[in-house]
Amino acid sequence: MATLTQTTKEKTAAPATQKVSGSDAVIRSLLAEGVDLVFGYPGGAIMPVYDSLYQNGKKIEHILTRHEQGAIHAAEAFAKISGKVGVVFATSGPGATNLVTGLSNAKIDSTPLVCITGQVTSNLLGFDAFQETDMIGISMPVTKWNYQITKAEEIPLAFAKAFYIACSGRPGPVLLDITKDALLSSIENFSYQKVERISGYYPYPKIDMEKVREAANLINNAKKPLILAGQGITISGAEKELETFVNKTGIPVAATLFGLTAFPSKHPLFVGMLGMHGNYAPNIKTNEADLIIAIGMRFDDRVTGDTSKYAKNAKVIHIDIDAAEIDKNIKTKVAVVSDAKKALEKLISLVQKNNFEEWLNEFKDLDKVEQDEIIAPNIAPKGKALRMAEVVHRVSEMTKGDPIVVTDVGQHQMMAARYYKFLKPKSIITSGGLGTMGFGLPAAVGAGIAGKDRGVILFVGDGGFQMTIQELATLWHYKIPVKIVLLNNNFLGMVRQWQQLFFDKRYACTTMHNPDFVKIAEGFGLKSRKVQERAELDGALSEMLDSDTAYLLVVEVEKEGNVFPMVPAGAAVSEMILKP
Amino acid sequence: MEEKLYTLIIVTENNIGLLNHISVVFTRRHINIRSLTASESKIKDVYTFTIVIKMTEELVRKVAKQLEKIIGIFKVFVYEDSEIIHQELALYKLPISAIKSGINLEQIVRNHNARVLDIKEDYILIEKTGHKTDTQNLLKELQPFGVLQFIRSGRVAMAKPMKPLDDHLKEKEEAYDYI
Ligand SMILES: Cc1cc2nc3c(=O)[nH]c(=O)nc-3n(C[C@H](O)[C@H](O)[C@H](O)COP(=O)(O)OP(=O)(O)OC[C@H]3O[C@@H](n4cnc5c(N)ncnc54)[C@H](O)[C@@H]3O)c2cc1C
Ligand SMILES: Cc1ncc(C[n+]2csc(CCOP(=O)(O)OP(=O)(O)O)c2C)c(N)n1
Repeated sequence: MATLTQTTKEKTAAPATQKVSGSDAVIRSLLAEGVDLVFGYPGGAIMPVYDSLYQNGKKIEHILTRHEQGAIHAAEAFAKISGKVGVVFATSGPGATNLVTGLSNAKIDSTPLVCITGQVTSNLLGFDAFQETDMIGISMPVTKWNYQITKAEEIPLAFAKAFYIACSGRPGPVLLDITKDALLSSIENFSYQKVERISGYYPYPKIDMEKVREAANLINNAKKPLILAGQGITISGAEKELETFVNKTGIPVAATLFGLTAFPSKHPLFVGMLGMHGNYAPNIKTNEADLIIAIGMRFDDRVTGDTSKYAKNAKVIHIDIDAAEIDKNIKTKVAVVSDAKKALEKLISLVQKNNFEEWLNEFKDLDKVEQDEIIAPNIAPKGKALRMAEVVHRVSEMTKGDPIVVTDVGQHQMMAARYYKFLKPKSIITSGGLGTMGFGLPAAVGAGIAGKDRGVILFVGDGGFQMTIQELATLWHYKIPVKIVLLNNNFLGMVRQWQQLFFDKRYACTTMHNPDFVKIAEGFGLKSRKVQERAELDGALSEMLDSDTAYLLVVEVEKEGNVFPMVPAGAAVSEMILKP
Repeated sequence: MEEKLYTLIIVTENNIGLLNHISVVFTRRHINIRSLTASESKIKDVYTFTIVIKMTEELVRKVAKQLEKIIGIFKVFVYEDSEIIHQELALYKLPISAIKSGINLEQIVRNHNARVLDIKEDYILIEKTGHKTDTQNLLKELQPFGVLQFIRSGRVAMAKPMKPLDDHLKEKEEAYDYI
């Protein structure tokens, strides 16, 4: 492997060497990287790895999900909660292609994964062999890096590169495709050295202090500044620094969907969620701010609405580790290309406190509008039918920000984001950039394992639940006590909402004739119950929360409930509407 | 914003998968690559891709940043035509009858600074390097002879400033931390 050896600087220490098989080298490499848990599904081409796993006893735990897509979503959530790299095994062909959605999800949401796929024997490559798929070709646009290993000797270095790339800089998924002959042949001298540098890869830009000073200057002179906090803060581990920065400057903080747990929601300067289904005040005020300080967020179109009408009164400071994000969607005045924590540390000493009382009061006024028109009537509805918002609100009140909240994709996702009061870092696991229905249940498996001490609540819709429902078996098999709140509206709710608002209520193919979810859960060995009366809700929630084992609570909610407020597609954030 | 011709010089590792990676950055954005040339550089195991595209300055800057994210790419230089010296190579195959046609083929070849590469019983092969307009002009003049085949290579280019590639790469390396 000429390119790998030539281009990699390795640590100098030379550990003891040994003759091992390629598949043993895989397991040893994982152990050397500190991996103690993998998610996966066996099959022909990857069998040697499973055999080595077996022969290595209990050193690495393997979670057998019921589908490879389940394995990779579980690994994504595991990675996000544990702070480690998520590791996935899958066999060649269909096993490997089942990973593609998860790779794409992990790529867009910056999640560190190392996926190991088996591949046909190298002399059969390109000949349409049984279960051969060009995984390097397929996965290239959805991985941060991929590499096909055709010789056993390549294994240690390829693994060292994979782990280094997955979790350094802006994290992302890596795929290693290993031919069966590479797994079966042996390496004379196995030795593993972690990689500290790879040529042609530049993970951590050095901070430009000139830019930091320019940023500080804008911050100190702003009259109406607003911080936009994103997932980069969580990835960087800069939650404390953000809080210090905010306390020192007195600048209000709004968050993206992923930034929600970067800053405590009960802090007086927290003004809510940005974007399409975010809060009223931060969206309206974005277009009145004179300074936007974006930290570790990428101005996704769900956040900005029409970019030609976005934040036109503001100068924009963008702090991001990825230079390609600068000016990608929104033109910046000052770009600090850096890790968020490092940038905040430098900024803190240069900024001063200003009085933004009037500016803050403007947020409060709009907040009151949203409170009166949307939040209050949704958490204490007058109608008979239960609403998603009130269910999430009750769960939030009863759990007080302790557990990890996992969601699937749809209306319930937005309701969870809006009505759960997040208090601790790393408390929300959701599919943001890709919006992958079917992400929720397997992600709850991974979060349940990594966050054993905190517990997991999954909010899921009836549509997404049925996309990966087989993972109930994984919960049962490994006794992972996830509490599932199925918000059942018997519709593909989010799509139905758009049909109602933008397609004159033509409900094309969004009605769901659902199975008996309680029976299904019981069949999978879970406790389960259904509620549809308000009077029963708290009791049912308590029963679920008190359960030591996994539990499915099916809550029958209003069929045609909508998520409001909303920035209609193509509108400016300041054109956010409170009702249809 | 106005679309212009840009030449991207992409400095990379010697690695089979990179071409695919590079082309995905363009195809994802529906950008048509006008020409592409791969070559060794003066540094061992460092390669360069020279790509010509027509687009707005704003877009070319974004594309260059996306390319620089690819692992194995050291640096991407973006040039307008005025900043580089560039050449293309063209080959023209004519029937041997062209020599006897009465028009002075030799004079045309001389005037265009072209040269004859090969003469066989039935054909004559002419080569010319230059800008696209130059090779195109020669093609126009040769058409009356009944051109049998014509082919033009992608652009190769060098930037006018003196700074050596090694210095560029060193600067880039020093702008980053690695752990
Ligand atoms: C149905 C649906 C509705 C949605 N509605 C909304 C909505 O209303 N509001 C909303 O906000 N989102 C919404 N989303 C999610 C949205 O699509 C995006 O996923 C989300 O806005 C991205 O948030 P982000 O930019 O904080 O995180 P990411 O997309 O993860 O971006 C993180 C950024 O941080 C940078 N970064 C990484 N590491 C570091 C570091 N160490 N230091 C500094 N920077 C770093 C990255 O380079 C990147 O630019 C919705 C999604 C769905 C499916
Ligand atoms: C895999 C996938 N297919 C389709 C979609 C489009 N989509 C987005 S939300 C949604 C409806 C989700 O319905 P449900 O799971 O019942 O949740 P609800 O919106 O009702 O809360 C659909 C179909 C998607 N995001 N992902």
